[in-house]
Amino acid sequence: MSVLVFVEGLNGEIKKSSLEAASYGSQVAQAMGTTATAVAIGDVHEEALAKLGEQGISKVLYDADDRLKQFVADAYVKVIAKAAQQENAKVLVFSNSNIGAAVGSKLAVRLNGSLATNVTELPKIEGGSFTVRRGVFSGKAFADVNLSSDVKIIAVKKNSTDIISNGGGTATVEKLSADLAEADFAAAPKETVMQDTDGGVLLPEAEIVVSGGRGLKGPENWHLIEELARELGAATACSKPVSDIGWRPHHEHVGQTGITVSPNLYIAVGISGAIQHLAGVNSSKVIVVINKDPEAPFFKAADYGIVGDALEVVPKLIEAAKALDK
Amino acid sequence: MKILVCISNVPDTTSKINFTGDNKEFDKNGVQFVINPWDEYALTRAIELKEAKGGSVTVLNVGEADAEPNIRKALAIGADDAIRVNAHPKDAYFVAQQITAVAKEGGYDMILMGKESIDYNGFQVHNMVGEMLGIPSVTPAFKLDMVDDSTARLEREIEGGKEVVEVKLPFVASAQQPMCEPRIPNMRGIMTARTKPLKVVEPVGGEAKSEYVNYSKPEKKSGVKMIDADNAGELIKLLRNEAKVL
Repeated sequence: MSVLVFVEGLNGEIKKSSLEAASYGSQVAQAMGTTATAVAIGDVHEEALAKLGEQGISKVLYDADDRLKQFVADAYVKVIAKAAQQENAKVLVFSNSNIGAAVGSKLAVRLNGSLATNVTELPKIEGGSFTVRRGVFSGKAFADVNLSSDVKIIAVKKNSTDIISNGGGTATVEKLSADLAEADFAAAPKETVMQDTDGGVLLPEAEIVVSGGRGLKGPENWHLIEELARELGAATACSKPVSDIGWRPHHEHVGQTGITVSPNLYIAVGISGAIQHLAGVNSSKVIVVINKDPEAPFFKAADYGIVGDALEVVPKLIEAAKALDK
Repeated sequence: MKILVCISNVPDTTSKINFTGDNKEFDKNGVQFVINPWDEYALTRAIELKEAKGGSVTVLNVGEADAEPNIRKALAIGADDAIRVNAHPKDAYFVAQQITAVAKEGGYDMILMGKESIDYNGFQVHNMVGEMLGIPSVTPAFKLDMVDDSTARLEREIEGGKEVVEVKLPFVASAQQPMCEPRIPNMRGIMTARTKPLKVVEPVGGEAKSEYVNYSKPEKKSGVKMIDADNAGELIKLLRNEAKVL
């Protein structure tokens, strides 16, 4: 019996959300008196894999098949299922990413397992019961869910678990081959286009997000958001109206029908805080709201607030951020 | 082309969320229910494809009778007929089994739904259905077009980018914006929806694999600390020294 963690790579390194999943998995393994193994695929360096020892992972199974560098659900499922079988894994841990949750859902069917996505805390394991807490109602509540099958699959919400780095030692890296057939790649992407983040931070992985709304008055002022984000090491985001009128691309829109983020710090500039927007950001740990309307509903959800014009306030913040010791 | 669109009946975004029965049940009292906003993208795109290529759009809901007003709304928006599997949607696995049973029976070319429901935020059902049926599931897709009569071209979001995928029919896809502009029903649609067929079927003997045992709400914020705009730089110091997030 063991715990198996799926780790995702990007440009040779392991994604932050996967380091969180590894930390989560090794803590579950410890609570169950067993070890945690990771399974990795595709675009990641072996040195990065060995360093997963710091997160408490003892062994990494790595399938270096070049065809796995892009995401192909059926092939990924086959590789992870093979690793799960080899390790007799009873708990599988993923990041709650578009890839992790997709593969986890398919594996729940294939391995006849219980699945919980959007999980925010370590499980409570008592006697025969195994209960996890997950975010529901778009951040307005939590549910405790009992996973009753023999195999339990957990997708961990981003930025809800601390990355541990005292796991000690180096993980051993072993090759894994799942004997993939041509048919496993039938739904392979024709093309993968990565965003040019301009050296910036990817929004879904970001610890700090600076987000702008119509209070910026026009796309010509967007450089203020970008400059503040750069000084703080943050990703940029926007409200729905801003993406609807085309100032910013849709993939930066956070909210009910956009992306959900849960960074340590969310700075909202010139966003009134409609309930649809709050649904995408309400699990952020600290929320800062800058708005010229003192009645803006967003202030009710904020930890810090400034009433003022974005074009006057943001330059002062940039100046103060520049003065910080980095 | 036969398209199946799965819709959830969910509390409106602005609803206050409360629980009853010792925090073991969602309190429906005073809550307005709507078609899950993500499902509206799937529904509208299905109708657009039908209008362009011919075929039919069937709406499927796994839920109790109180979902019927929103099923009728989907018919008013332009679906041709509807099926309700008469069961409480216990968990994603249970729902996926019901959808799979209906899909096998109906032989659909395309099974669409939203990327997740705004109440249970699972992002699970579409991939489970794809796996149960042994057909591709492309999720979450923000673009869906037909290349020819048997092939669709989709664009799906991955963290930090997008993928372009071409799949043969049949397949499963989940929708997110900006796939289309969701439609609202017009008067003619509302009139014709009344007489469109809505079939109620009993669930297949599927099991749930997880059990919701308790609900809770996040701790309330302690209140907002205001900083004077003239002294805005002070905020950065507070974020470092007090909130410790910089």
